[in-house]
Order: sequence, then C-alpha cells, then structure tokens
Amino acid sequence: MSDNELKLNINGKLFTLDADPNMPILWAVRDMLGMTGTKYGCGAGLCGACTIHIDGEPARACLTSLKQVQGKSVTTIEGLEADKLRLAWSEYNVPQCGYCQSGQLMSAAALLSKKQRPSEAEIDDAMSGNICRCGTYPRIKSAILSAAESSKMEAES
Amino acid sequence: MNPSYSAVQNFSRRDVLKLFGATGGGLALGATGLSWSPMVMAQGEESRLNLFIAIGEDDKVYLTCHRSEMGQGIRTGIPQVLADELGADWNKVVVVQGLADKRYGSQNTDGSRSIRKGFDKMREMGAMARTMLEQAAADKWQVPISELSTANNLVIHTQSGRMVSFGELASAASKYELPKVETLVLKSPQDFTHIGKPHKIVDMDGILNGEAIYGFDVQLEGMRYASIVRPPVYGSEVKTLDDSQARKVAGVIDVIRLPVPKGAPAFQPLGGVAVIASNSWSAIEGRKALAITWSESNNDSHDSQAFLQQLVERVQAPGKLVRQQGEQSSDWPKESTIKAIYTVPYLAHAPMEPPVATANVTDSGCELWASTQTPQSAAQNVAGFLGLKEEQIKVNVILLGGGFGRKSKPDYCVEAALLSQQLKVPVKVCWSREDEIQNGYLHAISAQLYQARLGDDKMPQAMLQRTGFPSIGSTFAEGADYPAPWEVDLGFVDVPLAVKSLRCETVEAKAHTRIGWMRSVCNIQHGFGIGSFVDELAVKANKPITQMWRDLLGTERQETFVNQEFKYGNYGEDLARHPVDIARYHGVIEAVELGMRKGEQPKVNQAWGFAVHRSFAAFVAVALLVEVDKDNKLKVLRAVAAIDAGTVVNPDRVKSQTEGAIMFGLSLAMMGEISFKQGKVQQSNFHDYPLLRMTQCPDIDVTVISSDAPPGGVGEPGVPPVAPSLTNAIFAASGIRIRELPVSKHLTV
Repeated sequence: MSDNELKLNINGKLFTLDADPNMPILWAVRDMLGMTGTKYGCGAGLCGACTIHIDGEPARACLTSLKQVQGKSVTTIEGLEADKLRLAWSEYNVPQCGYCQSGQLMSAAALLSKKQRPSEAEIDDAMSGNICRCGTYPRIKSAILSAAESSKMEAES
Repeated sequence: MNPSYSAVQNFSRRDVLKLFGATGGGLALGATGLSWSPMVMAQGEESRLNLFIAIGEDDKVYLTCHRSEMGQGIRTGIPQVLADELGADWNKVVVVQGLADKRYGSQNTDGSRSIRKGFDKMREMGAMARTMLEQAAADKWQVPISELSTANNLVIHTQSGRMVSFGELASAASKYELPKVETLVLKSPQDFTHIGKPHKIVDMDGILNGEAIYGFDVQLEGMRYASIVRPPVYGSEVKTLDDSQARKVAGVIDVIRLPVPKGAPAFQPLGGVAVIASNSWSAIEGRKALAITWSESNNDSHDSQAFLQQLVERVQAPGKLVRQQGEQSSDWPKESTIKAIYTVPYLAHAPMEPPVATANVTDSGCELWASTQTPQSAAQNVAGFLGLKEEQIKVNVILLGGGFGRKSKPDYCVEAALLSQQLKVPVKVCWSREDEIQNGYLHAISAQLYQARLGDDKMPQAMLQRTGFPSIGSTFAEGADYPAPWEVDLGFVDVPLAVKSLRCETVEAKAHTRIGWMRSVCNIQHGFGIGSFVDELAVKANKPITQMWRDLLGTERQETFVNQEFKYGNYGEDLARHPVDIARYHGVIEAVELGMRKGEQPKVNQAWGFAVHRSFAAFVAVALLVEVDKDNKLKVLRAVAAIDAGTVVNPDRVKSQTEGAIMFGLSLAMMGEISFKQGKVQQSNFHDYPLLRMTQCPDIDVTVISSDAPPGGVGEPGVPPVAPSLTNAIFAASGIRIRELPVSKHLTV
C-alpha cells in the first residue's frame, strides 16, 4: 500500500495518508482526517458546500482528487483566517441551518482576497456557485459588503 | 483527531435524574458541577413538560431544547422563553439538546409548532424554577416571597437592596417542593427581557469555524460507512445481484441486501443493496460497481405528465364534497363564468444535508445519532424493526443541515440501525444528493380548479373549487386515494371568502411513489390556486388585487365555518385561541402595500404581483416586483412581505424564516419540478433540480407584525403566497398568465 502514500499540506500542517489517489479530498479530510467543516452537498461541483482553497484559489473538494493537490497548499474552513468576514456573518446573523456556510465563507474569502471592494454584481458572480437552501443570500451579500467596508476603513486609518 | 458528537450536548431525562440524584431527593455535585434541576415527576401527564432547567453552582443556567434545530433558530428560541420567566442572564445560558424522551411531550419538529405549542409551557417551566429560587431567598432573608424578583441571574429584594445569585441559591432551592402550575405568577409581556429580543443564534461560532457537528459529521470509533442503492421504481425489488466487482474495490468491507418493504411505505426502508466500507469514497465506488437487475413494479408505467393530464380532467368533473357554504349553485352561464385550472408538479425537499443517520446496535440496545426532526418516531421505528423495546433506543439529535419535512420521516434511521445490527459495528448511512432527489417522500403532484360566476359588479356570486393530488395518507394506508380532510384544511377549505355560494370538492388520485409533507405541505398548491384565481378575478373586475382580496374577505370578523359540511382542524388549534381573523389579513395586506410604495416604482416591463395566505395560524402577505424582458427572461427584483404570527419570541429569526420562505417559494415556483417516466424520477442533482442562487435572489423587505396574540407558526407560512405573487407579477408585467408551475416551462429564469 506504500504506492498510495500521499502527502498533504492542509491548513499549514503536513499529513501522510494511505489512500486511493483518485479519492476526492472532500472524503479524505472528512473521513480520514476528521475535519468535517467541509461539507458534502451534491458530489458534483454544483452546490459549493465543499469549497476549499488550493494555493489560495477556491475549488470544489468533491471534484478535486488527492492526486491533484500533491505539492499544493490546501485551506479548509478550519484553517481559514477571515476574522472580518466571520464578524460580519455574526453581525448580520447570517446562518439558518448553517450547513452551507463554511462553503459560503470560503468563496467569500477567496473573493475578498482578490477584490477588496467588490461590487454587488461581482459578489453575485463569485457566490453564484454556492447554494443555500435556507435562503440566506441577502444577508451573505450584506455581510460581504460590510466586511469589505471594514477592511477599507482599517486601511484608511 | 476525530470530532466528537458532543458539540451538541445531549442529556436525557434519565441522565439528568442520575446527575442530580433527583430520584433520591439528594444532590449530585459531580464532575459536571450541576447542582440543581427542578422537575415535575411525570405523573402520567404526557403533555406536562418537566425537564428544562438546571443551574450550576458556577451560576451557569442549563436550558434544554427538546426540539430539533434545522435553521429555524429553535435552539435559541426555546431557551429565550425559559430564560425570560426565570430571569436568567443570557450570557450564562448553556443550551442542552434533549434526547428522544416522551416525557417532553411531542418532539416532532414540523408543522411550525415548536413555539406555537410550547410557548406557554416553557414559560411555566421558567416561572416554576424562578419561584423556587425566590422561595429559597425568602427563607434565607426571612422576607415575604412577594417582595422578591429575579433579573440577570439574581434574586433581588428591592426594599433592602439585597441580592443573591442563582448559583448560590441553587442547592437550597432544589429542596423545595415544585410549585403547582396554577400558583405560578407569569410575567406581563411588557416586562419580557428575552422574549421579543433578536438574540443571535446560539450555534453561531461553531458554524462559522466549521466545528459545528451535523448528522453527516458524526464519527465513532470503528464506524463503517454505507452507501445504499435503492429501487429506481417504487415497488420494485432486487431480482439479481452481482457484487463481485464491488467487493474488489479497496476499502469495501461488505455488501448487504436490505429487506423488501411490505404494504404501505410508512417509514420502512425502501430495500435495495448497501455497500459497506471503511470510508465514504470506497462505499460510493463500490456501489457504482454493483450489477443489479430489478423486478417489475405496479408503478413501472407511471408517467407524471400523463398523470397530471388525468388530474386536470378529473377536476373538471364532480368530486367528493368537502365544504358547502350557502346553497349549491348549478347555474354557470358561459358569459359570466370564469374558470381556471392550476397545476403544481412533484417536488423534492433538497435540504443541503441529505438524510443521514449513524447507529450503533449492541447487546443492550441501539444508540442513534441522527439529523432527525422527529427523534421519538425514529426511536419507535428503529425499535420496531430491530425487535427491541423503545426504551432500548437512545436517540441523539444532531444539528440538521436543513430539514423541510424530509427529516421527519425516519426511514434512513432504520436503514442505519438494521445494518449496524447485522454488522455489529457502528454504521453511518449517508444519502447522496441523487438518492435524496430520486428516493424521497415527494410533495404531491396536483391540479386545482377554481370557478366563479360573476355578478354585474364583477364580483363572484358563486364559486366552485376542486383539488386532486395523491394523499400523504397513501404513505400510511393502502387505498387512500383521495385527499384527506386534514390536507384540504391546508389552504383549500379554510380560505374565508365572503361569497354567498362556495362549494369545495376533492377528486381521486392514486399514489405511485412515496408522498410526504414538505414545508407548508398542501398550502403550496392551494395557495398557488387561490392566490392566482383572486388575481384573475381582480383583472376581470379591473381592481387592484389588494382591493379584490379585501372585498372577497368581507367584513372584519372571525370565521368559524359552522354548518358547512366540515370541521376545520385549524392546525390543531382552538379557533377561539387562533381565530381565522379577517382583521389580521387586513393588517398584513396593508403592511405590504406600504412596503410596495417605498423605493422606485415599476419601470417598463416591470410590475408587482401580490398574494396573501393564512396557514399554521399565521398570516403572510407577499408582493414581488418582477421584470419580464422582450426575450421572456424573468428577473425578480424586489420582495416585500409581512408576517403576523402573534407573539414573537425572536424577531430576527421570524424575519430570517420569512426571508428563507420567500427563497423556498421562489425555488419551487420558478424551477421546481420532479417528473417521472416509466416509474423513474428523471432528475438527479442540482443541474436538473435547480434551487435559487444568489444571482436570482431579489432584495427582500420583511415586516414582522408583533402582537400579544398567542404565537402562531413561523417556518412555513411564508411559503404559500410566494408562487402566486410571482405568477401574478409576471402576468401584470407581460400579459403571460402561468397556471402550470414551474415558471421555467414558460419563461427563462
């Protein structure tokens, strides 16, 4: 089984896994590494509940194999540094059931890392891959705008 | 490294008895630091709630939530009510999730009834605990109890300025007899400190850090993962199985056939074949390698399009009478009669977290960890299938990643229990999205006829309504081929129109799949029917629709439907306590009219639509502003809604539930359709069963009308008026009248 020995860099920590290299990283982090913040929603890249960052870029963990992340740096919700977004999410009391929210936060953080002051259309565009069945979209949008605003105010002061 | 399931703390009544030593009357000051819990022993009164409050020596207040959290905020709402009567400091509250236990009364978290049914009892529980603390302080200070009050975890004697913390009093308080309910003094609403406040949800931090544990996240030592392939046509079973390739997949441990269901579906597993593996991926891959042929089924020829056509024909012929107001009319002259038929397809619940349960069956019984809306029914069904007693089943309620009614059917809990029993290890059964869409308990396909004879004033003189859909009753009894009385109570017979002659009938509709209840249940199709028809009447009469609703509802009164051939169920509520109150319809209509006037007025190709609906003892009006461009592309621009659900515990959660209900209603109205061909569901995932996305989401403005009226339902009542409000707006903007949902059959969405 040593053929299947895979090295993973997740949230800045190194893990060695004996697993099928074709296994989507979603199942590896959840079932084998016990980090369950990355959620299953569709298994087909349609809902965004499993969004992670690979070298800072948002990706769907359900469609990304372990092989594809060799030598790359993976961030999951457990390792996401996004205090301002979390604060804004809390201020707007965004979550309902909360199940999709780790994916929403991962997508929002990826957006803000590239675009400090996104327009509403840019938010729609960046977030349109993340489904929320509870319907928290208006609050997600408000929270992203608020987090962007607070970063701007901080930058100015 | 594995997360533990204790993120949601679970105490059963038995545990608490043990912890607090209440059976012996003593105190247990064990490792938990909890020292006191007031509890009324059950006394054979099922509805008497009795196990909600414990106070630690450290002054922490442990409040039990006995109902399931699925996004509605109940783990915040119930503790708010308890904390208010108690006089607790919200920062010292720790929420404890109750296990399945009949002594809580019903824990079935559906029907929008947790606060509706629990509000008064939760207040009593809080007041009972407060009284005991006050009694302890009264004896300590030798003052009359009437001079004492509580606030912020303190008992206060205002005259002397003395105060003492709950934690200090807890041990002494526990020695007093429990006060009788009739002796309790409840707070006046103006003195509420937590009820009516927009407290943040208690699970916020865990959700934002990814540490909150949902049913899907449960992991136990030695646990196996199961992926189950179920019959593609309801009623078929495995004819041949070749699992040789599946067993070769790395990580696959076993392949097990599930028992074939018999009779009405109820909450039986559907049968099929389970692949057991050491991780989810191996189970999924193993399942793909199974070679199965399926037997024939009576439902092999089910075709939803043909079936719907049949329903449309049936509602045009006489059916079974379910309500008659005034004299029956047989006079329908063509020139003054307006008639329309509305249809809604099958719908799937699609919570973001599909059904999931983990079971561990041992010699002593079965422990279950499940995303369940109904822990008691889960225990009952698991016990029945395992041949155990209900007391041998321990059900841990884990956070639900959405429910919408799907997770009050515990078939998936039974699957996990049966597999664990056979394998003698913990087993987690995770439904895939495809499983959820193709093997669920669908919202029924339906057709509704609405017909009116108009007078010279263009107002209806007589009306006729017919509805036809496979009944939820068919899930529990074979041969239930007509809508049940309680189903027509949901928005069909209970619309209080002041029309001289009004007749309501049902028609036959046989089920070909498992039919279940989904958020707002039959109010979905009935709200769409009546909400659309009133708009058609308004157009005919050339009146604003809000005026047509006012005129049709008539004078302010409380409708009781006496002598109309039916007894109205009113969602299990007394009509005196929760009346069908015309004034409250007027209230939400007016609030929405106000909201519509704010902001920019409709431009070219844009228009408002409106509908109002009472369900689950709450009143909701919704107006939507849409644009339909020259290419028939729809854009929903704004939503204005008002909800009157009486007393409000957490206004922010009432608002968020109403926002969510609008999204849920838009998803189903714009795009929702499950169809069958040759007995099989045609859709499989979010590409062909789409849900609303952020780009389709309108700006939303919700007004919460709060009053001292008893609390009504909140989670569901926002859904029914959405679909008609949308199609009415589309008509006003484009002249296209959509009577057949979803809208995506007619416009680009």
